[in-house]
Order: sequence, then structure tokens, then C-alpha cells
Amino acid sequence: MQTIQRLTLYTFTLLFMLTGHCQSKMVAIKGGTYIPLYGRDSLKVTISDFEMDVYPVTNKAFLEFVLKYPKWQRSQVKKLFADGNYLIDWDSDTKLNQSQSLDAPVTNISWFAAKDYCECQGKRLATIDEWEYVAMANKTMPDARQLESYNKYILGWYEKPKTFNNAIGSTFKNYWNVYDLHGLVWEWTLDFNSVLVSGESRKDVDKDNNLFCGSAAVGATDLMNYAAFMRYAIRGSLKAKYAMKNLGFRCVKDIVE
Amino acid sequence: MKTLKSILSLFIVALSFTSCHFSDSKKSNNDLVLYQCPMKCEGDKTFDHAGNCSVCKMDLKALAETSLTELNHNGISDESIFNLTSTWHTEENEIIQLEDLKGKTLVMVMIYTTCKAACPRLVADMRNIEAKIPKENMKDLRFILVSIDPETDTPDRLKAFAKENFMDGKQWTFLQGTQSSVREFANVLAVKYKQISPMDFSHSNIISVFNSGGELIHQQEGLGVDNKETLQAIHDLINKN
Repeated sequence: MQTIQRLTLYTFTLLFMLTGHCQSKMVAIKGGTYIPLYGRDSLKVTISDFEMDVYPVTNKAFLEFVLKYPKWQRSQVKKLFADGNYLIDWDSDTKLNQSQSLDAPVTNISWFAAKDYCECQGKRLATIDEWEYVAMANKTMPDARQLESYNKYILGWYEKPKTFNNAIGSTFKNYWNVYDLHGLVWEWTLDFNSVLVSGESRKDVDKDNNLFCGSAAVGATDLMNYAAFMRYAIRGSLKAKYAMKNLGFRCVKDIVE
Repeated sequence: MKTLKSILSLFIVALSFTSCHFSDSKKSNNDLVLYQCPMKCEGDKTFDHAGNCSVCKMDLKALAETSLTELNHNGISDESIFNLTSTWHTEENEIIQLEDLKGKTLVMVMIYTTCKAACPRLVADMRNIEAKIPKENMKDLRFILVSIDPETDTPDRLKAFAKENFMDGKQWTFLQGTQSSVREFANVLAVKYKQISPMDFSHSNIISVFNSGGELIHQQEGLGVDNKETLQAIHDLINKN
């Protein structure tokens, strides 16, 4: 009888540890209204309350994920869902390269993998509007886009090489208590494929009017915001199965009342 | 305790055996390696042995991915859209998975029925393609129109749209998904779209052709473009089947 008791106790502690381990810390984001760089008809966007991961998903957490769901291991993943760069720097399906740190954000993952990771935890990827809403904050203000220091910081990061191997939490904590939105890696968003800019100048000239219906309706509201413009440009050039060295992700969750 | 140990060791032996077997079978799959000039001096020409390019003298490079596409247990390849497991409603209110369309050549486009700008032209492009396919080939073909506005485009609405546009034949299928499955499907097709008002979307105008195994063969971009290549792709696929 005692053994059984002890065993259940162990199992419970183990389960608790495991779940506590996998569920990364989240913070509440109070919704609001703002004008993003590319909005619906360049108008205001309203964001509902939601929760966001404090940090990007780490190598460690993603390693646990592929151990639990082997279909996302490098050799198992379907080509429809990830290109040849998927987890390319890992030594094997389940082992990081020694140059990669466990606490660094996971990169070289496709949109499909990121989306499934979040869904497996009862979460989802952030929409572009949600991500940008949280990311326009600096340490003290919810919207710091007008500040020179805010834009300088981001552009300074774009010039720094190999920040993807820095540990999570190594950049600043913003107004919402969220870390690393700028300074470590770029992040996948749920609807990245809603950015209708073509990355190729030859395409941009006249063909685009045919390629995109109503594309004239979406344009940059503030071209001064060069840093954000870069983010939208990269989203516009991505395909969901691409895996990039400086592209990671984090999850968000709707607040259920 | 002893029995437990022996059972465990038996397991380990069994495991190692299966893993050995697995790597063996993989090897035989990779036997067929093709080589190609890294500069593609002779276009997509491939060679079945290593050597030098006859034009630029560079070493030919092995092509890892040209080995025969590996099929999984369902008989669909890694790159097949049938790997998507989402469920869809048709205009006849049937519930299907994409895999149910297996065995037919598929011509797919993403539209929404309240669209006033590009969609009518895109739908016309689809009809033009359909009109040029010989009747006797129609049984091997499906034209799929996927709605990017699953909230508005219910099966009833899609059915009405099909009737209005004379696309109510057996060869036409309209699909309603969910926000999430439509986003995923668009990503597989590399179609971009954005809701710009409750009734309107911006979206890329792409018609995609899939073979009977669900692999993407050809994409036609733009409106009212010459559909010769698309027709050729469909023609080739039908004759291959």
C-alpha cells in the first residue's frame, strides 16, 4: 500500500514538473487601438486582451517538443511543411550542435512547425497586428514609435551579427513585461502571409496590380518607421515552409472569460 | 526481477533489430542518385554518374532530392497537399478531407464570393481553362475553388454562387474551411491574402495545378494571363494517369 502511495506521489510530482516545465511564462496584454504600419485601409486596428509568452521559444523547449512529437524531427518532417534548412544546425534529430545554447531562441523552424508547437500547448501564434502592438513599446511606454531612441535601438540590432545565439531575456523588458521582441530574432506571425508586398523590384512595377486584387488599399502609413517596414518586408517575402537562421517564434493565448 | 531483466533485454534486441532494418531500407531507396552541373550549363540535364560538366568543366553535384519521392504508408509523398488533415465543407454540404480528392488532377484557386474586383476574372480564367479540356478527360479532373472567407461563404452560398456562374457540374467543387485551415492551405499554395474590410479581401491571384498524388506541378500567376502553360500542365498530367 505504501509503495502505491509513494508511486502516485512521485508520478504527480513528475507530471507537475513536466507540465510546469513546458508551459512557458506568459503575461497579460491589455488590448487597445493603434495604427499599424500596414493596417486595414491604413486605419486603426483594435486588439482584444490576450496573453503573450514572455520569451521566445527556446532550443531547449523545442527539443522537448520534437522528442514528444517525432513528426517534427528533422529527418521525419514532411517537405510540404519545412524546407531543407529546417533545424539544419542541429547535430541530429534530437541533439543540438555544441555551438548552440539551450537557452537561445530556436530558429530555422518553419511556420507550420511553429504553429503546431503553439497549438500543442493550447496556444497560437500572434497575429501581425498583435505582435506589432506589443512590440511598439519600449521600457516605459506602450507606444514608443515616435522616439528616436526606440528606432535607433532596433536598427542597431539589425546591424549586430549572430544575435540569434544569445540567451532569452538578454534584451530589455518592455512596458508589458515582455522580453526580446527586438534584439534577438525575428518572429513568425500567424498571418504573415497577409503582407502583400512583393520582394522583387521587377515584380513590383506593373504586374502586381494584376497579381493582387485591391493591393492599392494597403500601403505604408508611416514610411519613417523604417524598422517596422523591414519586418513587413521580410514577412512579405516569406513562405510558410521556409526556415531561417534568425527567425524564431513565441506563442500567445486568447483570454477565455 | 530476473524475468524483468530478460524482458527488457529482449525489448532492446528487438528495437535494435528494427532500427537496423530501417536504415537498410533507406539505403536502397537512395541508390538512385542523379548528378547535375552546379552552374546548370545544360539546363536541368541530369547524369546518372559523377563526372565533369562538358561545358564549364565543374564537378557534377549529386542531387539528393531527385531520388524517387518516398511514399509514406498512405501512398502519398512528403510534398503532397493530402498531408493536410483539416476537414472541409463542400457546396453540397458534404464533409471531406483533401485526401478524398486523391486520384484526380486538381486545378485549385482561392476566391471569395462577395468579391467584386479580381475574383470574377479569376473565376472566368478557371472557366476558360475548363472549356478547353476535352469532355472525355473531365472525369480525371477536378476544379476546386477554396473560399478565403469561410465566415460568409457557407455551403449554401457557395452552391448559389456555383449556379449563378454555371459551375454546378460534377467537375467543380467549392470548399469552405475554417480561418485556421484556410490560412494553412493558402500557405501551402503560397497565396497571400488580407481582409481589408468586413466584405473585402486583398489576395494574390494564383491558379495551381496538382497531380493525382496532390503534388504541386504548376502555378499560374496574375489575371487574364495566357493559360497555355497551365493547359499544357493539365494535359500532361491527364495523359500520364
